[in-house]
Amino acid sequence: MSSPSPVGTGVVQRVALCGNPNTGKTTLFNALTGLQARVGNYPGVTVDRRQGRLRGRSDIEIIDVPGTYSLTARSADEQIALDVIVGLDPDLTIADRPALLVVCVDATQLARSTYLVLQAQELGARCIVAMTMTDEAGDAAPDPAALARALGCPVVAVVARTGQGVEALRTAIERGLASPPAAAPVRWQPSPALAQKIATVRAALPANWPASDGLALWALASIGDDELTHISPPLRAAVAAAAPAADDDDEAVLGRWTWLDAHVAPLAERAPDRSFTDRLDRVLLHRALGLAVFAAVMFVLFMSLFAWSEPAIAVVEDLFAWLGGLARRVLPDGLVEDFVVDGVIAGVGSVLVFLPQILLLFFFLGLLEDLGYLSRVAYLMDRIMRSMNLHGRAFVPMLSGFACAVPAIMATRTMERQRDRILTMMVIPLMTCSARLPVYTLIIAALFPSSTFGGLSTQSLLMVGMYVFSIVTSLAAAWILSRTVKPLRAKRLPFVIELPPYRAPRLRDITRMMWSKTSMFLREAGTVILACTIALWALLYFPRALPADAPPYGDLIAAAEARHDDVSAADLERARDQALLEHSFGARMGKAIEPAIEPLGFDWKIGVGIIGAFAAREVFVATMGVIYGAGDDEASLRQRLRDERRPDGSPAYAPLAGLSLMVFFALACQCMSTLAVVKRETGGYRWPLFLLAYMTVLAYGASLLVFQLGTLLGF
Amino acid sequence: MWYRRLVSRLADIGRHRAVTITAVDGERGFRRRLMEMGLIPGTRVTITNVAPLGDPLEIEVRRGRLSIRRLEAAHIRIKR
Repeated sequence: MSSPSPVGTGVVQRVALCGNPNTGKTTLFNALTGLQARVGNYPGVTVDRRQGRLRGRSDIEIIDVPGTYSLTARSADEQIALDVIVGLDPDLTIADRPALLVVCVDATQLARSTYLVLQAQELGARCIVAMTMTDEAGDAAPDPAALARALGCPVVAVVARTGQGVEALRTAIERGLASPPAAAPVRWQPSPALAQKIATVRAALPANWPASDGLALWALASIGDDELTHISPPLRAAVAAAAPAADDDDEAVLGRWTWLDAHVAPLAERAPDRSFTDRLDRVLLHRALGLAVFAAVMFVLFMSLFAWSEPAIAVVEDLFAWLGGLARRVLPDGLVEDFVVDGVIAGVGSVLVFLPQILLLFFFLGLLEDLGYLSRVAYLMDRIMRSMNLHGRAFVPMLSGFACAVPAIMATRTMERQRDRILTMMVIPLMTCSARLPVYTLIIAALFPSSTFGGLSTQSLLMVGMYVFSIVTSLAAAWILSRTVKPLRAKRLPFVIELPPYRAPRLRDITRMMWSKTSMFLREAGTVILACTIALWALLYFPRALPADAPPYGDLIAAAEARHDDVSAADLERARDQALLEHSFGARMGKAIEPAIEPLGFDWKIGVGIIGAFAAREVFVATMGVIYGAGDDEASLRQRLRDERRPDGSPAYAPLAGLSLMVFFALACQCMSTLAVVKRETGGYRWPLFLLAYMTVLAYGASLLVFQLGTLLGF
Repeated sequence: MWYRRLVSRLADIGRHRAVTITAVDGERGFRRRLMEMGLIPGTRVTITNVAPLGDPLEIEVRRGRLSIRRLEAAHIRIKR
């Protein structure tokens, strides 16, 4: 934490950077900190915590506060801004309170973005204003000196994307830290009634909070019907006793706005020129054209994740297959070789295989966000998404879910509210991801005859049906979860989004975000995925013993190889692998759960496949290949599935069992990578366990229904 | 109901018509959020755009653009 500082005091001073969303705060943070920012997580909430040292000053730390319009808070994630600014984080002591606050004020939205400065000053924060977007405001930009006089704090005009003004801001930060704090200016006087409430609540503020009228007012406005964390019971009681009402809110909000209208709004003489954005919006938000462009953009995004990432994924897979082959040649046969090749190398490969899609998705998200189009996506899709209680911004992550749930879940960060993010994360794994396709393909090709229905092939109809099924179930799940699970319930808070002007994207910010997301995935989710891959490998590998009555495969294979009879050698190897798998711990588990999955139409072999598929759904096909002694020959696997008989001679897998299996795969959370990433994004085990539980129950119930009802109807 | 017409709401007016907010209704946290964004009595508002699917509305307020749902606009009382 505490690296040696050039001034030699060794004390790190903190500077918090806050502002409205879309004010160029992230670009400014990047410009101030250079390339050495660390991204972590705020405890308990799924919000990035980014901090980094001011460039050239290892004794000054900049904390990036999540974008917000106001410091009053009702939910834990809205509370973060206040926690950082006032230093209320329960993990921190009062000494960690930032010594200085840099507030980004958008020159094109002067009054609205200055509202936050007023709130911060009421809370006693020492402020510096960074006036951003001055390039966009053009000659409509307010005079920084006039704003500084009005606010009683330094104002620096910056254009973060060109770096203009960043040096001046640095100097202002250094000077601000050195100068003594000034008294908070008074903008409005509370009425005697409100002043009385403020005084009583102030007396009840916890001892380790700064005792200020501003904080008491914050408590009056925020506490009550809230989901805030670490609010002391005495404070809660004091606020309840003071009985704050809407009139008190009005007084404070109107008091600030009256002052802003009188002193700040006149500084922006003209409205900024929005004609370019307006012209573009006439097309992009048009009833027909706008939706067509939207569809085209989403098509490109989807295809890039679904199909165009394929070559890059193939490169990763080939690379690790090559590495595995290399290791096999180098290492002596045996346990170590199998562990290295099938456990470690395959495991690292199964982590890195996500990178192409993660990088691509975050490239597109960064591009669309920077351009200002992501807010328009929310605007265009809100009507549809809202009917399922989802945020309009959930559209892109859910669409990405058709490619892969892992990057899709990471993409939920583009939503501001915790509740919106988690609800979206809970339904994304229901979308038909590309890892389900090999499973569906195998089942459909093996168990459903290639007939036609109404002129269309039944097999393709089934595939389309599985897609439709996943869309319906995910939307229905969102609707039901948002009505039954308390933390996911829709709030009565207004949906207010800003449609920012269209802006040129900045490649440097985008690549930086791509890198930070990727490294976070590798560090925090990748390790879990690797560990699980190795555990699953061990489950299907050990005890590596054949029953006493098994043929001496080793000798037989050696004999076949001596005869140069490669075909029989390969057959024997497949038979040996089949026998080894059949006696693995995983197979024993499969047999143990057979009674439980029999009502779904599955036997123990499917059970083993399902256990193995936890590593990744497509592994199901490979596991079935080994268990049926077909190796990686899918045509022969299909035939063997068709030929499989029960003890009574009837086919083991009727089309009905296939349908039940597909329904199971559609609904079950058969993917530890998804769970690892949900754990990382939500910062705990609660939500991944909930996800696993609800999807497993859903999958079991639906498959049971399909198979039992189907049997009853005589299919 | 006929008497609802006595009070005009932002959700009821057409595009490109400047009106003045007279009051914001609704539950405490809800209305405070709208007011903190600058939607306070006395503010001039214009609906500049309606999303292709009919909701939400894009409004111009205090020289900036915001997008709110019809449901929320119905909580904003206005005079023409």
